[in-house]
Order: sequence, then C-alpha cells, then structure tokens
Amino acid sequence: MVSMSKIATGNGHGENSPYFDGWKAYETNPFHPIDRPDGVIQMGLAENQLCFEFIKKWLMEHPEASLCTAEGVNRFKETALFQDYHGMPEFRQAVAKFMGKVRGDRVKFDPDRIVMSGGATGAHEMVAFCLADPGEALLVPTPYYPGFDRDLRWRTGVELVPVICESSHNFQITRTAMEAAYEKAQEANLKVKGLLITNPSNPLGTTMDRETLKSIVKFINEKNIHLIGDEIYAATVFKDPEFVSISEVIQEVECNHDLIHIVYSLSKDMGFPGFRVGIVYSYNDAVVNCARKMSSYGLVSSQTQHLIATMLNDDDFLHNFIMESKEQLFKRHKYFTWSLSQVGIGSLKSNGGLFIWMDLRKLLKEKTFDAEMDLWRVIINEVKLNVSPGSSFHCHEPGWFRVCFANMEDNTMEVALSRIRSFILKNNESIIPRKLCRRSSLKLSLSRSLSRRMDDFMSPAGIMSPHSPLPQSPLVRART
Amino acid sequence: MVAMSKIATGNGHGENSPYFDGWKAYETNPFHPTERPEGVIQMGLAENQLCFSLIKNWLIKHPEASLCTPQGVNKFKETALFQDYHGMPEFRQAVAKFMGKVRGDRVKFDPDRIVMSGGATGAHEMVAFCLADPGEAFLVPTPYYPGFDRDLKWRTGVELVPVNCESCNNFKITTNALEAAYVKVQEANLRVKGLLITNPSNPLGTVLDRDTLKSMVRFINDKNIHLIGDEIYAATVFMEPEFVSISEIIEEEDVECNRDLIHIVYSLSKDMGFPGFRVGIVYSYNDSVVSCARKMSSFGLVSSQTQHLIASMLSDDEFVDNFITESKELLFNRHKYFTWSLSQVGIGFLKGNAGLFIWMDLRKLLKEETFAAEMELWRVITNEVKLNVSPGSSFHCQEPGWFRVCFANMDDYTMKVALLRIRTFMLKNNEAMVPLKLCRPSSLKLSLSRSLSRRMDDFMSPGIMSPRSPLPQSPLVQART
Repeated sequence: MVSMSKIATGNGHGENSPYFDGWKAYETNPFHPIDRPDGVIQMGLAENQLCFEFIKKWLMEHPEASLCTAEGVNRFKETALFQDYHGMPEFRQAVAKFMGKVRGDRVKFDPDRIVMSGGATGAHEMVAFCLADPGEALLVPTPYYPGFDRDLRWRTGVELVPVICESSHNFQITRTAMEAAYEKAQEANLKVKGLLITNPSNPLGTTMDRETLKSIVKFINEKNIHLIGDEIYAATVFKDPEFVSISEVIQEVECNHDLIHIVYSLSKDMGFPGFRVGIVYSYNDAVVNCARKMSSYGLVSSQTQHLIATMLNDDDFLHNFIMESKEQLFKRHKYFTWSLSQVGIGSLKSNGGLFIWMDLRKLLKEKTFDAEMDLWRVIINEVKLNVSPGSSFHCHEPGWFRVCFANMEDNTMEVALSRIRSFILKNNESIIPRKLCRRSSLKLSLSRSLSRRMDDFMSPAGIMSPHSPLPQSPLVRART
Repeated sequence: MVAMSKIATGNGHGENSPYFDGWKAYETNPFHPTERPEGVIQMGLAENQLCFSLIKNWLIKHPEASLCTPQGVNKFKETALFQDYHGMPEFRQAVAKFMGKVRGDRVKFDPDRIVMSGGATGAHEMVAFCLADPGEAFLVPTPYYPGFDRDLKWRTGVELVPVNCESCNNFKITTNALEAAYVKVQEANLRVKGLLITNPSNPLGTVLDRDTLKSMVRFINDKNIHLIGDEIYAATVFMEPEFVSISEIIEEEDVECNRDLIHIVYSLSKDMGFPGFRVGIVYSYNDSVVSCARKMSSFGLVSSQTQHLIASMLSDDEFVDNFITESKELLFNRHKYFTWSLSQVGIGFLKGNAGLFIWMDLRKLLKEETFAAEMELWRVITNEVKLNVSPGSSFHCQEPGWFRVCFANMDDYTMKVALLRIRTFMLKNNEAMVPLKLCRPSSLKLSLSRSLSRRMDDFMSPGIMSPRSPLPQSPLVQART
C-alpha cells in the first residue's frame, strides 16, 4: 500500500460535503433552452456574465492586446520569457489604476505593493501562509464563502473561527460579536492572528458602512491582529450606499498599516475567473516581500498580464466598463428582486455582488438545518434550480439561500423566475399577493432562444471556485 | 510589532544566499551590444530562446489560437469563464500528445492524468504536499537545481536528503549512493517518502541510461517509496543517447513496479521557451494523487487564455514535429560550437547531450580543492570576466570546481562575446592550458555594426532559480527590431 500525506488523505479539500448534490444534479441534467428545457438551472455560480459584448468590442479595436496578432506578435518572445515574480510593471500599474477607479479615485494604490497569485484562491492561501502558523487562527464573520475553509486552512494548517452575525442585525458585524469570537478562540487556546472580512459581502451582497469598518479597524488595531479585506466584488456595487474600502478607512482612523492587507481578483469584477488574476495588496513591506516570493507558486501568465495591462491602461474603457457593469447588474438585480417579491419571497436588501440572499425561512417545515436541507433538495429536484443553502456558508440561522443572478442570460433568468413562481403558487397560496404582473414576459420564448448563444456550461457549480468535483466537464460549444 | 508566520520570517525562500551576488552584478550592469558592451553577460539563466521565429510564424498563420482576433474572439467569453480545475480537454489532449511525441511516441499519455499547476515550481510543491508530511524526506541526487530547496521544502516542511554523485563516474546515480542516502535518513530518524530525479539532468545536461533508470525503479519499488521524475528538459535532448523516460521504463517487461509510486513533473518552460506562461503539469500514475493534485491545482491553474493558445499550438501535428526537430537542431549547433570553443582554450566539461547548459570543469583553475576557492573563482568570473555563471556548490555539488553555464538564452553575437571573454581570461591566467592552434579569431571579434541591427534579447531578470528576480526593479526591456 502506497502512502500519501495527511493533507492528501484528509478532507481539507472540502469536497466531501452534501452541497455537492446540487452540483451533481446540475451536471447530470443541465438546463438548455432547446435540448433540455426541463434541466436544472445553475444559480449557485457567482459569475459575472453581463459585460462580454462590451469587452469583445474593445478586443476587436485593440489587436495589440494580443501577443498573437500582427500588431502584438513582436512582443511574444519577451513576454513568453518574462517570469519575474515582480510582475510586469505595466500590469501592476494597470491593476493599481483599476482598483483606484473602482473606489472612485478616493484612494491611490501603489503598483509596487501589488503581488500576483493563482486567483483569489491562491491569494488567500498565500496570505494565510505569510501571517499565521499551523494551529493559529483567523476570525471570519458568518455567513462566509465556503471556499475559505479550503483556501485558508487545507495546506496551511490554520484554523478559522466564526464571528456570528445575525439576521436581526441584517448580518452586520458588531463589536460584540468580534469580541465574543476572539474570546472563544482564546478559550480554545487558539492564537488569533487576524480577521478576514469580505466587502462587498459574499453571500449577503451588501457593503459595510463606514462606521462598521471603522469599528473593525479599531478592533484589530487594539488586538494587534491583521485585517484581511477580500474586496473582489468591489466593482459590482451597483447602487447606494457607495462602496467604502478599508483602503479609505485607514486614512481616517488611527491604525498600524502593517496590519492591513487586501485580496483582490478580476474574476468577479470583470468576469475573468479563467484567467486566474489574483492579487495581494499589502501595506506591510515584509508581507509584500514574502508574498512576492511565494507568488512563484501561482504567477499570472505573462500572456494574460499583457492582455490585462493593455485593457486596464485604457482609461476610456475602464471608465465605461465600470459604468456599464453597474448598470447591467442594477437592472438584473432590480428585476430579479422585484419578481421574487411578487411571489412573496423576501431577500436581504443589497447593493452589490452577483447574488441575492433569499429569505425562505417561512418555507421551512421547522426552524432547523435539516429542514433547510430538505427544502434545498426540493428546490433542486422539483423546482430544478441549483441554489446554495445558507448552511454551506456557515450561516447560523436556517432558511437563507444564496441565488446568483448574473451568470445567465435573460431567457434563462425568466425561466428560473417562472419556476420559482410556479413552486410558490403550488406550495403556499397565502404567500402570494393578489397582483400578478407581466405574465407574458415570463413565458418561455423558444424562438428567441434559438437565435441566442448557448451560454450555459458543463462546468458545474459552484459555490466554490474553481470547480468542478465531477470527472467529466467538457467545454460546451457556444452556438451562434 | 506585527507578527507574521515562521514560514514568512525564516529563510526557506532560499534567497539569502551568496549566489545572489552574481545576479546583482548582472542586474546593476547587464550586457548590451551597444549601450553596455562591457556589461555582465547572463549565463546563469536556463532559458530556451532559440525557436521563437518558428513559433511567431505559426502564430501569424493561426489567428484562431488567440481569443482576441476576429477568428478567435467568439471563444473569449466561454474561455474567460472557464475555471474548471480539470482543465480544458483540448489542452490536456494537446499536452499529452506533445509529451508522447517528445518520447518518440514510444509511450502514450492519458489526458485524464494531466493536472495543471503554477509552473514546474508549483508542480513540485504540489507533489510534495500530496506525498509527504512535514518532517518527512525526499532523496535528491546531487548536483540538483537549487530551486528544489524552496519548492519542495519551504511551505511544506518536507526535508531533502542528498544522494551523492561523483565526478569519477560522471555523476551517475548508483544504487550504492541511493542505499547510503536512505540509510542516512533512517539514522536521522526521518522517514523517506520518495526519490526525486531530474532527467535530463539540470545542471549536468545528461540523460539517464536505461540501466540506471531500471535500477532506480527497482530501488523505489523495493522500498515502497515514490519516484518523482522531473522531465522538463525532455525535448532538449539534441543528440545521442536518446532520451528514456520513466514512463517507458515502467512498461518494460523486466521491470516490476507499483505504478502508484510513479509521478512525472513537466512544464513548457524549457522545452518550448515559455516560462512566462506558467504551464506546469503533474502527471501521475496514481489515481488518488491525480485526484488530490487536481483539487490542489486550484491554487495555481493555467490561465484559460494560455490553455487555449497551447491547445491550438500543440494540436497542430505538423507544427509539433517541426518544432521538436528544429529545436534539437538549433540546440545541437549551439552546444557544439560552445563546447568546441571551450575545448579550444583547454576548458573541460561533462560530456552532455541535453539541456540548455554545460557543466564546465574548472577544477584546475582552483587555488585549492575547496568550496571557498570555488567561490573566489566565481567572483573573479563575475567581476572580472563579467559572466554570470553558476557555481557548482549552489547545486549542492559535492566536489568544488564545477560550474554551470547556459548557452541557449542569448543570440549568436552575445555568445561570441562571452566566448571571447572566456578565451581572453584563460590566455591571461594560464598560458600552459591553451593549445597552440588558434582558429577562427575573426568570427570572435566584436562586430559593432552588426550589433546595431540586431534585437536586444537580454533581460533584466537573472537567475539560477525560476521565477525571479530578487531585486526590486526589473523593468521589461523593450525589444528593438
């Protein structure tokens, strides 16, 4: 018998969880407007698919962004050879500029503090390796992205301790909750090394207000622990309140900047998860230095650095993209939440992200996580929607579900809403308000779908990136 | 004071070493044919720069390989969204095919065993995480690539134990040496989890013969430990003897082996000259390792943009065949000229048939047979001869006096300048060593007018270890046409 490591034979990868049932259901029967109109619709995937036309146009106008065109090929050699872990200066400058613009140019980012990583996945692991020893802990407010369990803990040996946030406060992070978590860690003999926040929040879709951010910064500064701000949804804030970054708050509040680090990526804001553009931005020189050395394990492909540098150095494009993206997200979110409310489904009031935090507590048979799982299986198997149950995000109260709305085209969204509607109508007539509007637009429009591109993928979902756990994931050919 | 991890504050990154002096010397004064003709020539970088014209020609004829051309842009969206850690099927198929062709189609690789990683750097770390616990050990024959000390040990906590190889038998890996290392580990109360070999060898530039490979496979099978074969120089074998991969050895009838112990690390950084594209591959015959590595690959997937490019390129059989042939030919020519020039001034070297470097024998130039003397000689070469070569001790070579010098990372002109400097140095320092016949001095002359019209190929990113560089500013030097 052949021996492997404990890390390899354990469950730290996080995939032996019941949540994979949803993915499997989707993979075995994925929705397709023509081929499989009764298939499962993927709503567990936090992807941003709304701005590709905009990007494609820009690409056609800028052949120099590619190393393979007549305009760009003379840079092929030097780029193919470029493996310097500092990263291309123009890439770092472009990313720093983009990050600044996304924050309304209220802060400036220093290109020399930008360190590359293998996506945000690699960024989180890298930060954990830099800041904490095996057995030490990071505090994380719930509900949180399930991937953190793997990214921050698996190969690092670091522990995560939840900071419990409750629906009664709209899941806001309170000082009391942070103190309670800190104390709990101490009692368990765990040394707390930092606090990890995600702002805008996944799965909540909300942004943190200035006061909360200030109190968080005060808290970590007092405890002399690190603050890691995952801001990968920064550009997805589509309405007020405006996004406030920790990069702005530390200009206003007394704080040791050596404790402040930002994790970023282009996966959500630009819709480029495949390009693996992960970024660690630290205000601590020693961390920048160490992370840069570690980035060797997951540098951004120089081919991609070149493309991104060209794209994000175009101020017009940047400006227009940010606006267009917000507009598309705003519209999609508005229509989606409106449709849900029409059938009596509430959701946490949100202004960012690629998803909605749906409140299905009144649909639970009882106020337990078992009941939540029961309801979830019904949603997957009968309603044929792959949504993500709150417990997968370590939510402390059953009945909440995350549903993604930006990873599909309009037709598919209409079908999904129609199914939700039918399900609610069938199951609980008392929830439905009397006015029923816009029936016609909710109808399946087969003739329209035939002429549209097939956008769904066989790479199933979802909650964690990258995926998928299942053996075959052929890339579905797009049809024009 | 702010606390970081032990990993962060320790020296496991390997950069606090004296070898960085050579890089610094290069970075502060890099050679340029017109601007800095007295600058340091980078010969410590194992890069393959010889085949880019062939590649560029192919790119221009195949716009569909790019996601940004009219022919390719319709795949932009699905590719930008593709983050499945299985990797694109066409990418895996193309890489599997390429790996097979490089081995003369004597073996077939299964695309479903191909797992991506962040370059070979990420691949090695990933394999270590899969196979060994902190404190467990891998055996590694010396001399070996210095990056292993970081890649296999830094964040994993795994130990490396050298298997000593000696110049008296051309640094062959003997069963005695393997057994000796194994016993040493046991005595230190460490558990050996595997043996890591690099074939073709860095820094030796040689390939392992069939018998040595068989004896190694027998050794690891007997001990029930893993065998990791780093074959990233596989396509750089430019003359006989032919490359024999462990993938072939395990198929042989007289070799009994548990395939669950066999893993290959690969990359396109050396064979194709694409280190910037971070195409690392782990190929394992062990299903559990494939499954685990695939999950870990999330920390360092290959950019889907690059997967698409590579899939298109390596799916083109004609291109692949021509590339492999062309690359071997250019490497052969370069190697032949270089070694001939060295021998002309009495410099010996290990007879090599592969890789992007030569293992130079400068033992007779040492004041004494010590590593201190080797470092002194190295400083002279760096500061006076103005060549950045790599001293054998950085590769954990057990005998002082050997140096690795790279020959495929520069244009012809720069190579000639380098050879001229070596010649001058040898003439100046030891007239007894230089044979009387001096041939072809005219071709060795500095030719300024020619250089003005040539492309400047040198880069500011030096180093023995990939990726680099340790120094703060590394502007990308603009190429001139």
